Amino acid sequence: MLSGLDAIVLARAQFAFTMSFHIIFPAFSIGLASYLAVLEALWLITGREVFITLFHYWLKIFAVAFGMGVVSGIVMSYQFGINWSGFSDKAGAVIGPLMAYEVLTAFFLEAGFLGVMLFGLKRVGKGLHFFATLMVAVGTLLSAFWILSANSWMQTPAGYAVNAEGQFIAADWWTLIFNPSFPYRLVHMVLAAYLTTAFVVGAVGAFHLLRDSVSDGPRVMFSMAMWMAALVAPVQILAGDQHGLNTLAHQPAKVMAMEGHFHSSSGGAPLILFGLPSQSRATVDYAVEIPKASSLILKHDPNAPLAGLDTVPRENWPYVPVVFWSFRIMVGIGLLMLALGLASLYARLRGSLFQSRRLHWFALAMGPSGFVAVLAGWVTTEVGRQPFTIYGLLRTAEAASPLAAPAIASSLLAFVVVYFIVFAAGVIYILRLMAAPPHRGEGGPESHMPGRSAGLTPAAAVALSGTGVGRRA
Amino acid sequence: MNIPGDLATIWAFIIAFAVFAYVVMDGFDLGLGLLFPLFRDKRDRDLMMNSVAPVWDGNETWLVLGGGGLFAAFPLAYAVLMPALYTPIVAMLLGLVFRGVAFEFRWRSPHERSLWDLAFAGGSFVAALAQGIALGAILQGVKVDGRLYGGGWWDWLTPFSILTGCSVVAGYGLLGAAWLVMKTEGDLRERAYAMTWRFLVATLLAIVLVSAATPFLEVAYWRRWFAWPNILATAPVPIAVAIVAALIVRSLAARDDRRPFFLTLVLFALSYAGLGISIYPYVVPQSITIWQAAAPANSQQFMLVGVAIMIPIILIYTGFAYWVFRGKVNAESGYH
Repeated sequence: MLSGLDAIVLARAQFAFTMSFHIIFPAFSIGLASYLAVLEALWLITGREVFITLFHYWLKIFAVAFGMGVVSGIVMSYQFGINWSGFSDKAGAVIGPLMAYEVLTAFFLEAGFLGVMLFGLKRVGKGLHFFATLMVAVGTLLSAFWILSANSWMQTPAGYAVNAEGQFIAADWWTLIFNPSFPYRLVHMVLAAYLTTAFVVGAVGAFHLLRDSVSDGPRVMFSMAMWMAALVAPVQILAGDQHGLNTLAHQPAKVMAMEGHFHSSSGGAPLILFGLPSQSRATVDYAVEIPKASSLILKHDPNAPLAGLDTVPRENWPYVPVVFWSFRIMVGIGLLMLALGLASLYARLRGSLFQSRRLHWFALAMGPSGFVAVLAGWVTTEVGRQPFTIYGLLRTAEAASPLAAPAIASSLLAFVVVYFIVFAAGVIYILRLMAAPPHRGEGGPESHMPGRSAGLTPAAAVALSGTGVGRRA
Repeated sequence: MNIPGDLATIWAFIIAFAVFAYVVMDGFDLGLGLLFPLFRDKRDRDLMMNSVAPVWDGNETWLVLGGGGLFAAFPLAYAVLMPALYTPIVAMLLGLVFRGVAFEFRWRSPHERSLWDLAFAGGSFVAALAQGIALGAILQGVKVDGRLYGGGWWDWLTPFSILTGCSVVAGYGLLGAAWLVMKTEGDLRERAYAMTWRFLVATLLAIVLVSAATPFLEVAYWRRWFAWPNILATAPVPIAVAIVAALIVRSLAARDDRRPFFLTLVLFALSYAGLGISIYPYVVPQSITIWQAAAPANSQQFMLVGVAIMIPIILIYTGFAYWVFRGKVNAESGYH
């Protein structure tokens, strides 16, 4: 029999594993839904066929990604109860309503319009169809709104009271929803989703440009993606900086771990670029540092003193090596994204955007980078919150279910096996769709396929009730 | 009854409604999954899947609403029940993962189609069985220790929970078969008729067995059903079940295509009401009432606004769309 601590470690591993798989799909579908709306809008405005071709091309990929997001999301909604019943009891009255509103507003909005979006263009007319596409995009953003509000509240709780049973209750819903870190987190996450999608789109464009640099479709998607990289990557770095300052104000121990600051600095704290943090010895070995840079970044003053983890009780330290490295991975990818954006601007100015094979290879290599950055960023913020589930208020050990380690270990194993089978297959199907170039008259989902939607809509039903749905040219 | 008490009752009905909506709507598409192994022909399977593919996603959203609603409105009950039902819930989720992706993947890979067919059938069976077992485990009661689950992680497994597990499989099979009768034509419909008969017998047997066993689980259940004057209020339920069962038999004998499905829905509603009669006002039977488990009134009120606005809208478009989707499916064009 394993000890209780191991049960918590296993429960955390299970949450991290199922969440890591799940977050990939929303990160992609939030960006893709907006991209699809932009493509359709451009088609409606310019009338250029290439935009509707690309719309249908990415729509098929969206359908598969969305389906996997739904099933992995259902798992997430039950994780709170099975592994974190202490949290459910204590925080259900606060977190539950936020998630209920996600279901009521976002899920049902997506459910209502996905069917029209997938199958309806030839049936419902351009205006209504564009409206449906827009609503699906809005639905994904609303979903991000509510779930990030819930997550942010766990990081920077506000607007709550505690009742006689020790449960958190709402004192002021407005303050609770718009808690101090929420705006920063929402902006940072939505931009991350947009960048993630842009780099996938850019990589697919680059892949096809490497084989055939004259086709319209790959050119347009590559160009659009590179504009996103050039314009949004710097904005994201700025947003990340602001988010970091907000974290410093509300969760200082997390920033200390990110920076590897075990010890307080009386002035001019160096920025540790790389090194090997040791939790037990509270040192960073082999550190490569830039003098005074950390004070400059965090306090906007090179000589400002900075507090270190030595000001925090040891039992409240997050596990520094993980936070330290995941943060560097995220920032490193952010800088690479900026580099690609700038390289594309340079190539665009020289008129070699569609000819530079080196640029295309760079973009292709950067295809999955957004997913890695999202995961690394998520690890930074969630592991940095430890040892608390609700920062400063509810320790992770108190949040766990009273379960024996073997129960969690066996379910973790089951999740690992099933997820690898199911999602590996899904990724293969998506890669297969991406491997084929977009071609003129790209159809929507094929005619032999069922009229799948996330829900039921009258318009979808009308769309499907006709014959010859989505004829493939 | 004071105001927070009323809110708790309202929320108990909302969650009960969400769960019931889930049970009957996902019930028939899980039921089709259960029937999959009995239909070997690819064309039949395409049709069966086509008949539910547009709706399964929306159906499943009710499960999220039911679970999420319990989490939000009765957090203590959620915190106690979920660990108690650990294994059935995990099994259900994994089953639903396989079942859900099969809808999308099956059409994308002709080479691996038979594997995704297996995933569809297997996932549906596991999810149905796990839901039934979870129901039985709730009915038989779980050990509560303070504000936490206090039992072991195999407590859910008893002969009674296995019985309820099989009962739900039988009931979903009946819903799926009756759905097929309504939605298909020709040979497929003929075989669906035969299956409806068999699953009807199995379901009625299950109802009798579960009804007979339940009063022996808890004295309170016995009193609720049989003590005077309760019996005056409870007796109509089994009588109505018998009448509806007779009506299903008659409609099947008359080869009516639509009535068996709708009557089966009524049968489900009656059985569900029976469960409600046994359990109410507990949410964790005999341990935690809906008032003890209720979230603070301001949480329940806050959500009630959203529910009051959104649920009617959702119901209207769901109902209208089901109406537009009425009629038989065929192989050529999804719906006609």
